[in-house]
Amino acid sequence: MAALCVVELQKIRHDRTELYTRAIQPALWLLIFGETFSRIQAIPTGQVPYLDYLAPGILAQSALFIAIFYGIQIIWERDAGVLVTPTPRTALVTGKAFAAGVRALAQAVAILVLSILLGVTLTLNPLRWLGVVVIVMLGTAFFACLSMTIAGLAMSRDRLMGIGQAITMPLFFGSNALYPVALMPDWLRVVSHVNPLSYEVDALRHLLIGIPGNLPLDFAVLVLATAAGIITASSVLGRLVR
Amino acid sequence: MSSEKATAKPTSEYAVACRDLRHAFGGAVAVDGVDLAVAEGEIFGLLGPNGAGKTTTIRLITTLLPARPGMVEVFGLDAARHQMAVRRSIGYLPQQLSADAALTGRENVELFARLFDVPRSERRERVGEVLSAVGLENAAERRAQTYSGGMIRRLELAQALVSTPRLLILDEPTIGLDPVARDGVWERIQEVRRTTGMTVLVTTHHMDEADLHCNRIALMHRGRIRALGTPSELKSGLESGATLEEVFRAYTGDQLDEPADGFRDARRTRRTASRLG
Ligand SMILES: Nc1ncnc2c1ncn2[C@@H]1O[C@H](COP(=O)(O)OP(=O)(O)O)[C@@H](O)[C@H]1O
Ligand SMILES: [Mg+2]
Repeated sequence: MAALCVVELQKIRHDRTELYTRAIQPALWLLIFGETFSRIQAIPTGQVPYLDYLAPGILAQSALFIAIFYGIQIIWERDAGVLVTPTPRTALVTGKAFAAGVRALAQAVAILVLSILLGVTLTLNPLRWLGVVVIVMLGTAFFACLSMTIAGLAMSRDRLMGIGQAITMPLFFGSNALYPVALMPDWLRVVSHVNPLSYEVDALRHLLIGIPGNLPLDFAVLVLATAAGIITASSVLGRLVR
Repeated sequence: MSSEKATAKPTSEYAVACRDLRHAFGGAVAVDGVDLAVAEGEIFGLLGPNGAGKTTTIRLITTLLPARPGMVEVFGLDAARHQMAVRRSIGYLPQQLSADAALTGRENVELFARLFDVPRSERRERVGEVLSAVGLENAAERRAQTYSGGMIRRLELAQALVSTPRLLILDEPTIGLDPVARDGVWERIQEVRRTTGMTVLVTTHHMDEADLHCNRIALMHRGRIRALGTPSELKSGLESGATLEEVFRAYTGDQLDEPADGFRDARRTRRTASRLG
């Protein structure tokens, strides 16, 4: 399990360009969307500046994007020797899921540095930072499992790309990443409530910015969702080889 | 056979035994009743044109595809019942690319050492050993994307060897390689077998390779075994100086190059190349 996370670290060490190119999109969100909406004050976020409110949402978004296309790797490796090792399928899936988390964390560093440069006040409490690491890992692991499940059902790279494109934006907009749940129409509120991304954002906001949230609930939802994701993804993994 | 019910007890002394092995993809029958017995320590060649069913046979043996109980035994253990034990005893070189281009040669082999639970204390040494066994000790710190086709195949051979398997299964080890690189790969296979006595089950569509390197050969065509024996046995029925190619034609009545499923197979066999990109 740890073996696959080690591999991810090695890849990041060898080639950082992907890390930089992937940082462009979240940077644009913070710079353009964030700055503009702070100025026109369109989204009421109480005492908290909008940019501060937005930063954890963009962090979660970038982790989501990394995770949702992670299943592609599994499709490539469908016949690779890893499935003929005595490592159980659940361990392989768990390893892959948290390897996606490792990559998301590397990305998170870039986004948080940029946030600080833009004047966002982040927590200084090391325990809270530890919490951020845990939440990002869990959130990314869940969406990576979702991606691997889709890979197992879609069976082809192109189809996975298509489905991935089709669901990332609804997941993103159907969450509290950009705006408070209170602003949403009722039907979107329902979507947001069943969307694990909302719980990830809620936890990150609480930990990084200090906005009140329901940390135990967020944590429980993410743990359960990830566990369910691992079980589902492992069960469809065998299909890929056939 | 003994009447012991201990299911984990080996029931035969063959490295691989297949009985009436079958597999169909939807309606398409890929393997159509194969009987095989690979003895311990031999190099056994499964020879046949593209689409013959070689890879499907291999996938059934390696547990990648589910075989029914009684169809496949590896060192006497039923592949349907003892998946983990069977996987543990096999080193597998897939037809498709299995090395990760973004990692160095050493990192690729290390990953397999970890997945096979090679103890941490032995890992470094073991990885170094297999890398030199395939002649990559000087390229080990370079990323695999800089490797030539032959080097990648040798790296994948190292991945398959790092767990010290009793059975080495090689699916088209020389596919897409030029003659020099092909010789390079075979040289390493032969040397590993000489020093370890490992059993080798290898597939190929190159007649000359099977003729030169295998102790015994099964000719496979359209999901069935058409002939089985040592290279000279297979040739003995024909005029002296017959090549295996002619043997194949004699046994199947078909040309070797006849494409069974042209485009699809071309895509599958070439995916190896494009994935490196
Ligand atoms: N995953 C698959 N789905 C459907 N058909 C397949 C699949 N894999 C192989 N086949 C078909 O099964 C037959 C045997 O293929 P294969 O075992 O790959 O042959 P070989 O390895 O001898 O070239 C071919 O006709 C091939 O098109
Ligand atoms: Mg094949």
